[in-house]
Amino acid sequence: MRRLVDTAVKEGSFYTAVVFFVVLAAFPFYWMLITAFKTNSDLYDLSNIPFWFSDPPTLEHFCYLFEQTLFARWLLNSLVIGVCVVAITLAAALPAGYTLARLAGRNAEALGIGIFLTYLVPPTLLFLPLSRITTMIGLQNSMWSLVLVYPTFTIPFCTWLLMGFFKAVPREIEEAAIVDGCSLFGSFVKMVLPLSLPAILTIVIFTFTLTLQEFVYALTFISASSQKPITLGVATDLVRGDIYYWGELMAGALIASVPVAIAYNLFLDRFIAGITGGAVK
Amino acid sequence: MGHFKFVFDRPRVLGSLFLTPAILYVLVLVGVPFLLAVYYAVSAYTIYNPSYRFVGLSNFFQVVQSDIFRRTLLNTFVFTFASQILGLILGKFGALLLLRPFPGRKIVRALIILPWAVPIALATVAWEWMFDSLYSVINWVLIALGLLDQASAPNWLGDPNLAMLCVVIVNAWRFFPFAIVIFLAGITAVPQDVLDAATVDGAGFWRRNYQIIVPIVVVGLIFGTVFTFTDLSIVYLLTMGGPVNATQVLGNLGFQIGIVSGDVSHGAAVSLFMFPVLFVLVILMLRFIRRREI
Repeated sequence: MRRLVDTAVKEGSFYTAVVFFVVLAAFPFYWMLITAFKTNSDLYDLSNIPFWFSDPPTLEHFCYLFEQTLFARWLLNSLVIGVCVVAITLAAALPAGYTLARLAGRNAEALGIGIFLTYLVPPTLLFLPLSRITTMIGLQNSMWSLVLVYPTFTIPFCTWLLMGFFKAVPREIEEAAIVDGCSLFGSFVKMVLPLSLPAILTIVIFTFTLTLQEFVYALTFISASSQKPITLGVATDLVRGDIYYWGELMAGALIASVPVAIAYNLFLDRFIAGITGGAVK
Repeated sequence: MGHFKFVFDRPRVLGSLFLTPAILYVLVLVGVPFLLAVYYAVSAYTIYNPSYRFVGLSNFFQVVQSDIFRRTLLNTFVFTFASQILGLILGKFGALLLLRPFPGRKIVRALIILPWAVPIALATVAWEWMFDSLYSVINWVLIALGLLDQASAPNWLGDPNLAMLCVVIVNAWRFFPFAIVIFLAGITAVPQDVLDAATVDGAGFWRRNYQIIVPIVVVGLIFGTVFTFTDLSIVYLLTMGGPVNATQVLGNLGFQIGIVSGDVSHGAAVSLFMFPVLFVLVILMLRFIRRREI
């Protein structure tokens, strides 16, 4: 009997702790969700219980977003930026990650660590010179400046991840291909890349989410509304003077958050395997 | 023999060809801008008068003499340490919870990862709404529980001390899922054979813990510290550094001076004050990466 009580208390406190963590992590998103679907009269009435709908849910904030703001344009901008950055990142990081995984010796190792460390150079140290550079080459206030600059952190990050993935591809596969008459380059393209498709997909998803998450460079380089990516547009353009349009803001934040949240969760395990794979030999 | 050498030579050529784009990109758009940032800091460059006239360390002296800057420097350390420690504690407990299998663990993990996954600027806007001076849901709950009355409800972002607490909480909230992931990776992703090898080599439980698991965790935590120390998004969106610079941090001050006011050289000088801290963290990181390879 006493043991039963002990177990019950133990289990109870365990699940209480789990609930605490879930509420802590997810409440702001629940708040986003419910705000986005509430009518304004419901939102700004303190006598209502705020956790549920007092008026029936509404789509008015979403309609407003797409009809009265540049929201659709920001979505498109983010998509274009994301796709271009993914392409640049793959073109640079795939060969680099592969080479660093295969090269032996101290120099290769130092090079790998060196590229990885550049990922640690923060945007707030580089944004001043980079904003001058993008202005000088005529990309002032243009989303293409982000296409140019985002690979500075996606390439190091993805090279590191890919290095870990490629190390897991057995060398024998290329050697067999070379014996069969493939060139080294051919074996990379024909044998290694197809085998690494899951890793490449992980890289594509993560590069894309990194471009969506970025805020500092976007804020620094772009002030024209029509050029903003979604994150910057929602966070800075839906506020007019001191009046907040909380319904619209939360609706916009929700639309931009959901795909990133899903992608992250689907690929998280592979992502962790990549980080530790690049680190632990 | 010649044919043999030919095959041996080619990996080198191909290797350098393969590495060039990545290295070039990083050199041109990280290395050069960094040097440029250093030069801006010792010149008289503004966007209105782009002169590269060398002025020595005078920008740094002017910056250090400003009360706002000294306040900012202190804030940045408080902001970083407080939110890292809070995030670490939450991360450690969260990792312990998630280590144990239980029904619904996958969904729980998916929900707990959210603060780290979702773009921080968007999540910060949600927090701003939760901290709203009139319609704060936090205040609503406190009032409903009878802990406060309407008249004494705090203005979270308007009070200097509370505003600092708010930016720390939001940052710790954003960081703790990452800490959980790192702790879990440190505990579970160390290959069993590495642990076995360490055991064979006579490493006791604690040595295994500290020499193998800790380095992975430390590398992860240095990441967290670097990104917190240099961040501006949370402060920019929640408080703009206010009220009266109570939450001003280096990243945001550098942005306000260098970009908004166009005083590039002083902005660069402010940003460069991050460098010593970053440098120490990177050295630490290198030591841990090296140690792991033994």
